[in-house]
Amino acid sequence: MKNDYDIIVVGAGPAGSVAARYAAQRGVSVLLLEKESKPGAFVRCGEAVNKNKLKEFINPDPDWISSTINSFSLIAPDGCEITLQFDEEGYILDRTLFDYRLALSAIDEGAELLSDAYVYDLIMDDGIVRGVRVETGSRRLDLKSRIVIAADGVGSRIGRFAGISTFIDYRDMECCVQVTASGVNYINGNSCYFYFGKRYAPEGYVWVFPKGSNTANIGVGISGYAGKSRSASVYLKNFIDNYYPGIKIIKKIAGGVPSTATLKQIISPGIMLAGDSARQVNPLSGGGIISGMTAGSIAGRIAAESVLLNQPDHIRAYQTEWHSRLGKKHEIYNLIKKGVFNFDDTRLNSIAKTFREVPPGKRSLGRLFCTALINNPSLLPEVAKVFVV
Amino acid sequence: MDLTSAEKEKLMISVLNDKCDLCGCCVGVCPADALELTKLELKILPLRCTNCAKCVWSCPLEALVFNSDGVMV
Repeated sequence: MKNDYDIIVVGAGPAGSVAARYAAQRGVSVLLLEKESKPGAFVRCGEAVNKNKLKEFINPDPDWISSTINSFSLIAPDGCEITLQFDEEGYILDRTLFDYRLALSAIDEGAELLSDAYVYDLIMDDGIVRGVRVETGSRRLDLKSRIVIAADGVGSRIGRFAGISTFIDYRDMECCVQVTASGVNYINGNSCYFYFGKRYAPEGYVWVFPKGSNTANIGVGISGYAGKSRSASVYLKNFIDNYYPGIKIIKKIAGGVPSTATLKQIISPGIMLAGDSARQVNPLSGGGIISGMTAGSIAGRIAAESVLLNQPDHIRAYQTEWHSRLGKKHEIYNLIKKGVFNFDDTRLNSIAKTFREVPPGKRSLGRLFCTALINNPSLLPEVAKVFVV
Repeated sequence: MDLTSAEKEKLMISVLNDKCDLCGCCVGVCPADALELTKLELKILPLRCTNCAKCVWSCPLEALVFNSDGVMV
């Protein structure tokens, strides 16, 4: 191991590992740091992902696919269930193995990996990031770099070390608890279930994602604001007691999803933010695997180009490219999310009832949004604004 | 870290480390950068904390709580 690299990536989740791989592919020296004992050792995720988009980054492998998804079931507060068949297949992943393999794919391209490495500070020089300060075991190391890619997750502390304001309004933070449980019977093992309504998930939703053999990820996300009255943990317990009593809980995790548009600033001299740390999450679904990998691929490539061209300013291209690839879409989704948050249970019930009249073969997510918009025309100008500006 | 009595008096929020899952939700929403998440534990930096309570409300596991004499500000 050296103490000087072209690029240091902090965090070996989907964003970090893909960034490391895309950078290393271009022949620059890359160090990937992970605070856990190995990549994937501790993941906080519902694990659902779109198959075709995933394939842009890694070939699907049965080893890390828990189940295949071909439909969605959306359940309104009054229990009215609508099912949507997918055009594209989805997967529920085993993120523990998936993250590990994704990190290996970066190593295959020449990146070095250091696990059990916790970044406690940045090396700064006149406002420019020049490397990271790492705690590994009982040792402390200073590691220099030309560019740091901070993919350190929702807390986004490394960006703060560099002077970027990464705080997220607590109304935009989806505060989540999830259990993985066995004995989850009576669900279609190829369908993802989403439950809406104030009773179980104010300003959020409950998900039940099948993992095969009657196991499933069951989780709830509520906004920090909704958490004023009760915690996500309490909401999840109430939901399980009512819908899935008697299941056996295998593990329980908590986590935050930054469900809003991307941070205005995702770069600063010598540093780029990628993934949850930059709030590169689909704010409507809360999905962050594809967004994170997309961001990582852009960040990794542009960081390598910047090093090879010897043009530190080139990292600005990352901000622009992210915005046109997904950032702008996320702004629209965020407006829709805010509108949906304002729906009361009666309105949600009425949308479900209207949508049920659409024949199953003609149902699509687009059509569902149209139904929702018809129910709440005030959303339309909000959505239109994004296109006009 | 040992707190001085003045710091203890000012701080109205505590971390219950046995409930904390180190998920970082609170770190993301803290406007004062007063929460430090190390590999092993979550700490409140008393000199920075403004007792705004956003971390308490955002914690999915109720690992951040008001002290017994704590009041919302």
